[in-house]
Amino acid sequence: MSATKKKQKQPLSTGSEWTFELIEAYDREIGRLAGEFGLDTYPNQIEVITSEQMMDAYSSVGMPLNYNHWSFGKQFVETEQRYKRGQMGLAYEIVINSDPCIAYLMEENTMTMQALVIAHACYGHNSFFKGNYLFQTWTDATAIIDYLLFAKKYITDCEERYGSENVEELLDSCHALMNYGVNRYKRPKPITADEERKRQQAREEYIQRHLNELWNTIPHKDAPEAAQEIHFPKEPEENILYFIEKNAPLLEPWQREVVRIVRKVSQYFYPQKQTQVMNEGWACFWHYNLLHGLYDEGLVTDGFMMEFLHSHSSVVYQPPFDSPYFSGINPYTLGYNMMQDIRRICERPTDEDREWFPELAGTPWLEAMHYAMHNYKDESFIQQYLSPTLIRELKLFTIMDDAESPTLKVSAIHNETGYRRIREDLSAQYNLGNREPNIQVYNVNVRGDRSLTLRHYMYNNQPLGESADEVLKHLHRLWGFDVHLESVKPDGTVCAQHHCPPREVLETL
Amino acid sequence: MSYIIDRRLNAKKKSTVNRQRFLRRYRKHIKRAVEEAVNQRSIRDIDQGGQVTIPSRDISEPVFHHGDGGQRKRVYPGNKEFVEGDEFRRPQGGGGGGAGKGKASNQGEGMDDFTFNINQDEFLDFLFEGLELPYMVKKKLRDATQFETRRAGFTSSGSPEKLHIVRSLRAAHARRIALSGSDRKRIRELKKELWSLEDNMTDPETKARCDALRAEIEDLEKKVRRMPFIDDFDLKFNNLVRIPVPSSKAVMFCVMDVSGSMTQAIKDMAKRFFLLLYLFLTRNYKQIEVVFIRHHTHAKEVDEEEFFYSRETGGTIVSSALTLTGDVIRDRYPAGDWNIYVAQASDGDNWDGDSDSCRQILINRVLPHVQYYAYVEITTGPHQNLWLEYERVREAFPETFAMHQIEEASDIYPVFRKLFARKMEGAA
Repeated sequence: MSATKKKQKQPLSTGSEWTFELIEAYDREIGRLAGEFGLDTYPNQIEVITSEQMMDAYSSVGMPLNYNHWSFGKQFVETEQRYKRGQMGLAYEIVINSDPCIAYLMEENTMTMQALVIAHACYGHNSFFKGNYLFQTWTDATAIIDYLLFAKKYITDCEERYGSENVEELLDSCHALMNYGVNRYKRPKPITADEERKRQQAREEYIQRHLNELWNTIPHKDAPEAAQEIHFPKEPEENILYFIEKNAPLLEPWQREVVRIVRKVSQYFYPQKQTQVMNEGWACFWHYNLLHGLYDEGLVTDGFMMEFLHSHSSVVYQPPFDSPYFSGINPYTLGYNMMQDIRRICERPTDEDREWFPELAGTPWLEAMHYAMHNYKDESFIQQYLSPTLIRELKLFTIMDDAESPTLKVSAIHNETGYRRIREDLSAQYNLGNREPNIQVYNVNVRGDRSLTLRHYMYNNQPLGESADEVLKHLHRLWGFDVHLESVKPDGTVCAQHHCPPREVLETL
Repeated sequence: MSYIIDRRLNAKKKSTVNRQRFLRRYRKHIKRAVEEAVNQRSIRDIDQGGQVTIPSRDISEPVFHHGDGGQRKRVYPGNKEFVEGDEFRRPQGGGGGGAGKGKASNQGEGMDDFTFNINQDEFLDFLFEGLELPYMVKKKLRDATQFETRRAGFTSSGSPEKLHIVRSLRAAHARRIALSGSDRKRIRELKKELWSLEDNMTDPETKARCDALRAEIEDLEKKVRRMPFIDDFDLKFNNLVRIPVPSSKAVMFCVMDVSGSMTQAIKDMAKRFFLLLYLFLTRNYKQIEVVFIRHHTHAKEVDEEEFFYSRETGGTIVSSALTLTGDVIRDRYPAGDWNIYVAQASDGDNWDGDSDSCRQILINRVLPHVQYYAYVEITTGPHQNLWLEYERVREAFPETFAMHQIEEASDIYPVFRKLFARKMEGAA
């Protein structure tokens, strides 16, 4: 930053108390600077809330409204408990990917913190939501609030009509499979499909619902025995909730709609899970630069900057792996440093950078940053942009943990031979497909007992955790007939099986 | 463009529904915790909220995740001395060791139990869940002596302090519209005509017509303006009515034997029982009075401190206490105004010749007036003749009289529950 620039203006405020006028003034100045940097945002809706309201927001997955479920109550109780005991502080802000973009500011914050939050959330996150390709393709910022309103009302109506216990059970089961309610590999249809397309989809669904293949029991004449081998679905289906919604034989229409609601909500959060590092990094980068921009113009005082830098450095602090505070790589640290690093590579490249990032070194930094923000997710972003400089700075190393071997092995460190491997390992670590077991709907025994078979395609020989049987019970509740789960090695051999109801019981019958 | 909104005044307790659902779902666990708390706590803080602990395996929401095993690579920051190819033992149990730890802790293994607090109201809800005060119905409007003022719409007369301004002005507005309607319509018509004529003002005839129109419009507008802004019959007043309500007053008699045979431990148990009853009554009645009567050979009305902590020796004549109870009821608590509850605690000792008169007094003087009479006998020994006499009372008044034996402190809460269990068919 060019801190030597002459200060021309009066500071906006000198004390730590905030007022609505000050928030407005800061927002105007920060917004002006953000515009100069080309940050394209949704309009902002800044809401000042109390700590209790913040806990409410926490416990409804950050959304301003959500349907009712006991698990949100549990979340609330837990948050409240930990907050009251002083075990955790509340976040300074929550920001919602909607149009207008809703950002919550806590009333306890000082003016500096409010300004930091405005820069971070209202311009950082907001522009990321609007610009990043994953958010553009997967979510519809204009519709989410309306959809949640619809979902809440629909589920309340269901509770009145079918009893809240029944709805709760159904939601429990859906939540257990929520991570499998998204299309990972298939891109969804453009969200802004016109009314005609929607109607057509509705018709298709209607037909699909009423011509359910599983109920098609009319025997074909002269059906050859080989027909038994038919697979349903023809291709394995990754979106288990979608499959349930469309094909579960025993579900009532309202139950299908509830499954759909959970699926849609899950889909909405899917991009957030995949862009945590980038999203936070982008927001931190911009709050840092925007507030320094204010300082350079003389709009904020030295005291303001001291407080800001204090918060900033604690947000982007990475405890080393052997610290008692260590809980994985801090996405803020990684993201922020990578963003700053891109700028550094553009502005002051070293020879090493020229070798590693020939297309980046010496180009205008603002364009490079926007390009990175628009077109990557965590996995590909790290693969593309993690530089040797940063690996050295963070002193990253890879541990290889093979259950077959009694010892752990350091497989790469920050040296010439390790850079590329660390970059790949870290990238793989953020690949959602590796983090969650890859489980797909494999087959339905259409002609027989209608049992559903899932396949778990094992990654690096990692088995399923002990809760798999519990999840299968939930799936069994949705499907209505027997459910099997097979863990399959890459060579196609089945190495573990789960059944619901458990197999032993079946054999004794 | 930003909008700034102050949400701080929005409705609070948005999470209440979810919280209640959570409590409902884990009601079994919470109830167990509450029962334990009641048995373990000291008397003074028995009505505080409480901490509830639920094993995390009962509360976790299952999802598919990777278990231990297979090969996994993880990247860590802050390398100090490792070089490529280093091997070392797998650290046990996470503690700061590094590898593999970040994963384990968020998968519910070795996680602490889920602990949270419930507040006083919730605590008491669970404590008294499924219990009810018997025969509250009896005091229904039958001899209601209390009234409550409630809103009952609006009237057109009343005292100035009950004036409902919004409705009054609304009525005035409506009246002005209604009464000036025809005039304003005429004004509109005239104005239209005037505008159409104003286009060619050259013609003197038209001009005269215009002037006439203007004069008429002015007259009418004056008339409209003369309409009073607010009139007597626009005024609307809040209407309040007095309706009789059932008595919300209750009196609780604590009757206890303080003869030499009652040790401090027994008295503590009795006190807990009384306390539970008191808490329970506070949830049902607005106003509660407590009368402490203790007795050995004589009965005496005392204050709480003396009731529980002073010691006296001597024989035991229970009937003295019952007579005094009857007197106090007659003098101070007419059954029409008060819901009367009596709780008696004793170790069962009584002077032999007295038990029969106890029965007489109960049946004739006390039980006809009370809502409920609960007798607990705190003893580990065999029943004596007081118990036998009381059994006969129970036969005579199966609805209002209940008795039970308590052997040790942990019996108190279960016995209390039995005595007040909902839908009592015959006592206890």
